[in-house]
Amino acid sequence: MFKFLIDKDTWQELRESLTKNKLRTVITMIGVWWGILLLIGLLGSAKGIENKFSVQFGDYATNSVFIWGQSTSKAFKGYQEGRRPRLKFSHLEKIKNQVKGIKFLLPRNARDVQVVRGVQYDNFGLSGDFPLLDQIQKKNLISGRFINQLDVEDNKKVAVISDDVYKQLFDIDEKAIGEFIKINEINYKVIGVFEQGDFDFGGELHIPFTTFQNVYNQGDNIGWITVTGEDGYNIRQIENDVKLVLKNLNYVHPDDNRAFGSFNLGELFERFEGFLMGMQFLTWFVGIATLIAGVFAIGNILLITVKERTKEIGIRRAIGATPFEIKRQIVLESIFLTIIAGIFGIISGGWILIAMDSAFGNGPDSVLINASVPILVVFISVIILVVFGTLIGLIPANRATSIKPIDALREE
Amino acid sequence: MLKINNLHKSYKMGDSSLHVLKGIDLHVDKGEMVAIMGSSGSGKSTLLNIIGILDELDSGEYTLDGIEIKDLTEKKAAQYRNKFLGFVFQSFNLINFKNALENVALPLYYQGQKRKERQEKAMFHLEKVGLADWSTHLPNELSGGQKQRVAIARALAAEPKLLLADEPTGALDSATSHEIMQFLQQLNDEGKTILIVTHEEDISLMCKRIVRLKDGVIMEDKKIKQNRL
Repeated sequence: MFKFLIDKDTWQELRESLTKNKLRTVITMIGVWWGILLLIGLLGSAKGIENKFSVQFGDYATNSVFIWGQSTSKAFKGYQEGRRPRLKFSHLEKIKNQVKGIKFLLPRNARDVQVVRGVQYDNFGLSGDFPLLDQIQKKNLISGRFINQLDVEDNKKVAVISDDVYKQLFDIDEKAIGEFIKINEINYKVIGVFEQGDFDFGGELHIPFTTFQNVYNQGDNIGWITVTGEDGYNIRQIENDVKLVLKNLNYVHPDDNRAFGSFNLGELFERFEGFLMGMQFLTWFVGIATLIAGVFAIGNILLITVKERTKEIGIRRAIGATPFEIKRQIVLESIFLTIIAGIFGIISGGWILIAMDSAFGNGPDSVLINASVPILVVFISVIILVVFGTLIGLIPANRATSIKPIDALREE
Repeated sequence: MLKINNLHKSYKMGDSSLHVLKGIDLHVDKGEMVAIMGSSGSGKSTLLNIIGILDELDSGEYTLDGIEIKDLTEKKAAQYRNKFLGFVFQSFNLINFKNALENVALPLYYQGQKRKERQEKAMFHLEKVGLADWSTHLPNELSGGQKQRVAIARALAAEPKLLLADEPTGALDSATSHEIMQFLQQLNDEGKTILIVTHEEDISLMCKRIVRLKDGVIMEDKKIKQNRL
């Protein structure tokens, strides 16, 4: 078989039979070319959009929900409506005990502050946080470190600032770590600089939770909590359960839906994932269906070719070509056409992805990021092409040899 | 060389069957030049196809060069055709996108010979039929006589034991026909066994033996004095 493939005559025969009717060869190949182009183009775009989403969500633990107090809309147990229920630090233990499936329960506080360094100043969001935040919402640190347990225990006046804050207060390439900044007239030492993500709720500056409590007299109060569910637990169920516990602790009517506000990241993410899955399914479906149509076109054309070549095949068999030798030539034609068309498809699909990337893939408002197809997918596509090409080539090949040489020779 | 005993062949035509060959006995020795004569429908083409292993017999015996030709697979049949037989057809049956040399070399390709070897042998046989200067020409650039000579060169290329010619002069004018027949006689003189199917009386007279077929049986089988050209 190997000898057959490296034989110059094999390829000469192939060239002769393909160039004898150039237009037909080209039209045939367009089918497969278009199929693989669509597959690569669509898969790449889907991947690009997926990448965009995952960049937006960053390293956030996606099965998370944020819950905060709003104001009651129903009178309950002697309390008037319009009361503001408070989240308290002491509630946390009770929530954790009563709700199943909570992985992390993180209290946070936030407020707007003025930040000053020398003559530079600006307004930013400040939040008081525990080191745990880094696990739920991975902080992308450019330099330095995030708040640690010691900072919290000792109420240290240290701050982790975002790249925006850094740009506002520091000169380019100036070292920020160890420098002091003033937040509402109080000096804090900068211990880390992080890159802000799209879904970073709660401020450009982080200071230890306890420091925030002390400085802003928060006492037992909490701004909002972030709840992260264990794997396998429904985050919507957790959201409802936590709210119910909070309502109970705050004497809020169980059916009062406005007392606590929430934002369920898990639900949002689920919806995105559903959308992406649908899109990927559609992509594969459309791509493969088109590919199959293309391969069938090749089979069809080869069948016509074989019919036209009945006599030639008859001559070859009369002078000693075995059916296998006839078949492998036709199958080779089929595989050759599909692969060449497929490779053209992959290359032009790649160009389309490059073009899309440069048109829509740059800047913060990009629709997609790094629209690409894994090399494995390309490999698999080529293998599918070879398999399909072989199978579809067998149809005309069998037809070619099913005719008796004597009948083939009689055909005028 | 060739032994046929009590050969029967019938074709199915829908529900009825057509008995084409009804017990043929034919022995051909090495070096003979036999004309198989008969009007159309006499079964002469069927006989040639069976001899050429292009068709299968229903009953009887057929031995070619000591090998019984029976129940062959397509692959075996192809190999025997390639090894034992050379075909010359009325309509030349050259592959029209291959030049003269490539056409002649094709049987050698299916024998699995090396490219250089094939080219040399093909060139040798083209020279033999006097078309060495035309080796790179495509069939449609050749005259009828030239095409038939290329076909003969192709049939000879694999050095077959038996040359089968089906109306080799049927598509040629008489001058060219004589030219081809002269060449076949020459080949026969060199020892090649040749079987020619024809319905032309003058062509048959140029052979050494005439076998007349009628309605599927041999009517006459006689040796004649060859009409030399």
